[in-house]
Amino acid sequence: MITKKAMLIDITLCVGCNACQVACKEENGLADTEEHILSPTAYTVLNEYDGTYVRRMCQHCVDPTCVSVCPVGAFTKTEAGPVLYDADKCIGCRYCMQACPFQVPRYEWADNYPRVQKCKFCAGRLEKGLQPACAEACPTGATKFGERDELIREAHERIAAEPEKYVNKVYGVEEVGGTSILYISNVPFEQLGFRTNLSKLPLPTLTWNALSKIPTVVAVGGVFLYGVWWITNRRTEVQKYEAKLKEMDDRSNGHDTLNQ
Amino acid sequence: MKQFLSKITFWKATAGLIFAAGIYATFVRFTEGLGASTNLSDDFPWGLWIGFDVITGVGLAAGGFTIAGMVHIFNLKRFEPIVRPAILTAFLGYTLVIFGLMYDLGRPLQIWHAIIMWNPRSVMFEVAWCVMLYTTVLALEFSPVVLEKFKLTKTIKLIKKIMIPLVIVGILLSTLHQSSLGSIYLIAPDKLYGLWYSAYLPLFFYVSAIAVGCAMVIVESFLSARAFNKGLEMDLLADIARIGVVMLGVYLSLKTVDLIERKALSLLFVPRLETYLYWLEMVVGVFAPMILLARRKMRESYNGLFAGAMMIVVGFILNRMNTSITGFEGWAGKGYFPSWMELAVTFSIVAFGFVAFALAVKYLPIFTHSEHRETLPRVDEWTRDLQIASEQR
Repeated sequence: MITKKAMLIDITLCVGCNACQVACKEENGLADTEEHILSPTAYTVLNEYDGTYVRRMCQHCVDPTCVSVCPVGAFTKTEAGPVLYDADKCIGCRYCMQACPFQVPRYEWADNYPRVQKCKFCAGRLEKGLQPACAEACPTGATKFGERDELIREAHERIAAEPEKYVNKVYGVEEVGGTSILYISNVPFEQLGFRTNLSKLPLPTLTWNALSKIPTVVAVGGVFLYGVWWITNRRTEVQKYEAKLKEMDDRSNGHDTLNQ
Repeated sequence: MKQFLSKITFWKATAGLIFAAGIYATFVRFTEGLGASTNLSDDFPWGLWIGFDVITGVGLAAGGFTIAGMVHIFNLKRFEPIVRPAILTAFLGYTLVIFGLMYDLGRPLQIWHAIIMWNPRSVMFEVAWCVMLYTTVLALEFSPVVLEKFKLTKTIKLIKKIMIPLVIVGILLSTLHQSSLGSIYLIAPDKLYGLWYSAYLPLFFYVSAIAVGCAMVIVESFLSARAFNKGLEMDLLADIARIGVVMLGVYLSLKTVDLIERKALSLLFVPRLETYLYWLEMVVGVFAPMILLARRKMRESYNGLFAGAMMIVVGFILNRMNTSITGFEGWAGKGYFPSWMELAVTFSIVAFGFVAFALAVKYLPIFTHSEHRETLPRVDEWTRDLQIASEQR
């Protein structure tokens, strides 16, 4: 069995050198301008909050919202962990962008046949047994690549070793059912632009609650509608039949009187 | 005469301007892309074309399955005269929704992918299939009208044989996708403002679609009566309005129970834009028409009935726009207003719908049961009178 890969981002170790973005842009052949907002040409960015740097990127959720919402299955969750997008399938409805709880997918608005763009977790490199370009480039170890279970354990160990330094939370363990990108921090997460009120349930369960009722609606609805039609139709038929009976009755009565 | 001429030229000129702007916007959209033609952004990936052309458009076409069900399944045969216009509106509506979707999809040439690339976990996938199938059902339901024109009696007999299953399938498909348009937003519990986000969104969307379906039938009957000198079955329409009021009542109770259940009643009194918009949609679309149309006198009066139905339609549009656009503005941290090109395309689609409806009425037997009970003064008659008068002078 393939183990789930993940990355642990220790916000306390990040010095804001931007080597991750540079390496990412080189690996993916993107324009090498420095960017601070995710875009079709920036799969990862650094945001500064008063001297603290936070890396933004696709969180590669365990049960990804984008994978569930895409009508044509253009998004897939690979067994190793990366969430990948296939532009050849995409019809461009942008439901993924509307649905993503981390607001990650970016659109090539300037293009006439646009694609969605986001971090690919260097899926190609992972297959070759390499680590993602950003993790390799990180000079301080702020981004660490590894097995998800092991990284979660390590994150808790780091917090336990220095409880006065770290906030007692590993972000990404349970948010929307868990993500492949995990964060630990010395500053409360809500002060760093993280959404801390996200549901612990994977979001696809919300829509599945509705979708799973379809067979019932069809079965019950179908029987109900057919039943109503049968009854109302039968009523008309009976009325017609009775009218005819009466007519025949009248006629035979008429005959009788004639014969007499 | 002068006044009449200026009226006609005004509407024709308006339509001409709208279509001209729409054609230019279409050109920009398909040569330079969504970025150049719309105000959409990564923060606001869905705008007017989804919010109005699709989410609202499908709802406004709900009269088709409502009336077809009433007549064919519940055997309320006296509503028969309005089946054809209702089915026509629905069919045109769905065609235009698909047409409008082509503008919004980033890769419209791949729209057919939904047929072969399946993802049953996606609400959008379900909506896509239901809309495809239901548009086919509507085409079949409407086909006798066209076939009658060409006197293809054998084919008509065949269609009439399968009409009942067809209507049942149509109602089921409508039930599924009208509610699913609400389910689409279930995925965004943190993004959509609390006054609109609810686990009952599918139910709200379904019930309000039936209410607006009734209202649309009334509105379009009034407009057709005016434009084509068709009789107005006031008693039938008043009954439809009554069904609409009942649906609004169901809707209002569901909405109230939901707010109580979610302990969100306090949201109704928070002084912010969303609150005002929510009250506006509820007052215009639910309270006012309920009060108005619940009274028999108003329901059976020409102005009362039309005003009530119009309010339901406007309130419905507000609700769908709030759910799909305004409700997301707080989360996105910025507003969205459509570009003039987005507006031009949407207005063109609506105008196109009117033109197509008028042409269909002119050339096809849509209003076959028009033994006018209460005929309105006909525009043609006015002009003829005016002409005679001016000639005499």
